[in-house]
Amino acid sequence: MTTQEHAVENVHRDDIRSRMGMWLFLFSELILFGGLFLMYSVYRYMHQQDFSIASKEMNTFLGTLNTVILLTSSLTMALSIAAIKKGKKGFSIFLQIVTILCGIAFMVNKVIEWSHEFAEGNFPGSSILANKPSGQILYFGMYYSMVGLHGLHVLIGMAIIGFMTVFTIRGKITKDDYVKLEAAGLYWHLVDIIWIFLFPLFYLIT
Amino acid sequence: MASETLSINHNGYHESYLEYQGKHKGIWGWLLTTDHKRIGVLYMISILSFFAVGVTLGFLIRLELLTPQGTIVGPQAYNEFFTVHGVIMIFLFIIPVISAIFGNFFLPILIGAKDVAFPRINLLSWYLYLTGGALVLLAIVLPGGAPDTGWTFYIPYSVRTSTNLIITLVAAFILGMSSILTGLNFISTIHRMRAEGMSWFKMPLFAWSLYATSWIQVIATPIVGITLVMVIVERVFHVGIFDPTLGGDPILYQHLFWIYSHPAVYIIILPAMGVISEIVPVFSQRTIFGYKFIAFSSIAIAVFGSLVWAHHMFSTGISDTAEFVFSLLTFLVAIPSAIKVFNWIATLYKGSILLEPPLLYALAFIFLFTIGGLTGIIQGAISLDIYLTDTYFIVAHFHYTMFGGTGFGFFAALHYWFPKMFGRQYNKKIAKIAFWFVFIGFNTLYFPMFILGWMGMPRRSYHYLPQFQPLHVLSTVGSWILITGLIIMFTNLFRSLLKGGKITKKNIWGGETLEWQIETPPTFENFEFEPKVFEAPYEYKQNEIEKEEVK
Repeated sequence: MTTQEHAVENVHRDDIRSRMGMWLFLFSELILFGGLFLMYSVYRYMHQQDFSIASKEMNTFLGTLNTVILLTSSLTMALSIAAIKKGKKGFSIFLQIVTILCGIAFMVNKVIEWSHEFAEGNFPGSSILANKPSGQILYFGMYYSMVGLHGLHVLIGMAIIGFMTVFTIRGKITKDDYVKLEAAGLYWHLVDIIWIFLFPLFYLIT
Repeated sequence: MASETLSINHNGYHESYLEYQGKHKGIWGWLLTTDHKRIGVLYMISILSFFAVGVTLGFLIRLELLTPQGTIVGPQAYNEFFTVHGVIMIFLFIIPVISAIFGNFFLPILIGAKDVAFPRINLLSWYLYLTGGALVLLAIVLPGGAPDTGWTFYIPYSVRTSTNLIITLVAAFILGMSSILTGLNFISTIHRMRAEGMSWFKMPLFAWSLYATSWIQVIATPIVGITLVMVIVERVFHVGIFDPTLGGDPILYQHLFWIYSHPAVYIIILPAMGVISEIVPVFSQRTIFGYKFIAFSSIAIAVFGSLVWAHHMFSTGISDTAEFVFSLLTFLVAIPSAIKVFNWIATLYKGSILLEPPLLYALAFIFLFTIGGLTGIIQGAISLDIYLTDTYFIVAHFHYTMFGGTGFGFFAALHYWFPKMFGRQYNKKIAKIAFWFVFIGFNTLYFPMFILGWMGMPRRSYHYLPQFQPLHVLSTVGSWILITGLIIMFTNLFRSLLKGGKITKKNIWGGETLEWQIETPPTFENFEFEPKVFEAPYEYKQNEIEKEEVK
């Protein structure tokens, strides 16, 4: 069945393989969120009126601001990869740090927003929410679950980009070997894309 | 292994992967290894340990059911027994058993690669597996008690029970992550690391089955992951997503649970089918019949199997249309399954059959899986399912498919590849004796359950009516025979590690796939030379003669 010819060579780097692994991982992440989107759509279908009333409690300004921040961070992330491809190490590091700062700004906004909701009693287990119709309880249940899981991903994404910045400074990510940074970028874009769907579902549709 | 097993050839000493000393020495050379073969062995040790716990619990369940009223434990302990038995057997044993042990060990070798695509992620998967397993055990010993919901964690009881359910759910989530990472690793390996000439249709069928399995792992597992996380969130924060008192929908939970857990059945069975597709041609010394049909039927099972989940829910009041559609799709899964069975039998037909232990287990697989599969059709029919649902019929059915299928597939793989993995031969005569104990014990244990179920004996029931007792006694006696067989089997294998005859022969069974062309046990690098593949994987001599004539 086989012949044996060449001596063993060192396993060469295979960027396509790395990218494929990352895409498969992102695929599983999408399905993870998919489960939540499925729950959201089922409950929205069951309680359209309540979802509409509850969504009016959202702070659309902060939501929009966060969307702008996150989209900008995706741009800086993409540019940091473009920069490293051209060998501009310093500029790439700068852009990665800007991306992380955008992530921090996003999380700060989230904290402001959530503390506002908490002050109004719109949190799971509160007596104020418990007296509202079950559709509104479900709306806030979905809101905290989905936005919370997304926030967790933002934090993880920031940590990953932080590592990438260190790698870039230490010269482990270079003009010729930037697949790690690319993978981190893909992850960050996933975080961004999920938000792009969360934003209209919770803030815009009434 | 001792150094006497080393053979010398033109390339000097061949150091097996068991002796290889890398950056880390001794035990750390195992715990920090990224070698797919060592990770396979690590999985083997850990999975078999959990299997022992699961079997012990199964033994206790059967012992409890010896008499209609309480025998050895109270009802609460009984509930905990069958829940933990299910959790361990499904999440820690039967889902990873073949793909994690033999997939890790042999997939790279079968496709002519040195390792999997992401060796470090592979090791991470094992640690995640171990963490999940440790948490399952922790949930048993911590105060509060082991979970008592059944392995399905059905709402609303799973938000009410005061047992250590959260730890178990976290464990299941972590095991899911382990499974996803193994899946994406195997997909990338198969896509990018095949040897020169190893086209898709020259891949051994075990690799095909792992490919289909890996896709289900990547696609389906996240759904159950998020669902179980939501049960935790529900218990901790009372968000109302599943809790009916807050407006949640318990049926939605069942949908989400089965969207994963039915495809998980195929994560379980497909690698076993792959093993059988390897063993049958080797021990009948014939080319596999219908290679492409078997390969594509794996994919077809993966696709259809993802669309049948609601047949677990026929009695929950889902719409008639949904019942009809899911029933039809369930019947369709029988087609690719039957394709495999017919092709295996066609391969055996007129083959020069060597009735060695691996083939015995493989034949038992075909027999038992056929019974399991056909009784699945019975339950796929809505009218019958309404009558049989939640009875011992389903218990018998899934033990026939899961244990009779994948369990026996695992035993077949173990007897087939064990000598290759460790360079030791087990006692074949004892292996055959163990087989008959396991086979007879298995049927004595589970077949009466079909009859019990048909008579109306409900599953998960602590008490039962006196008229069911004779069959329960028969079943319990079966469990003793089965466990005796398992003890003989594993003692025989373990003994061979210490005292068994050493093998250095590369090809002990006369197989044609790549693992039989490398050293026994394999070297660290797997292949001394870059393998090149020219022919399909099961070209046995008689066919080669025919080819010569054609040329």
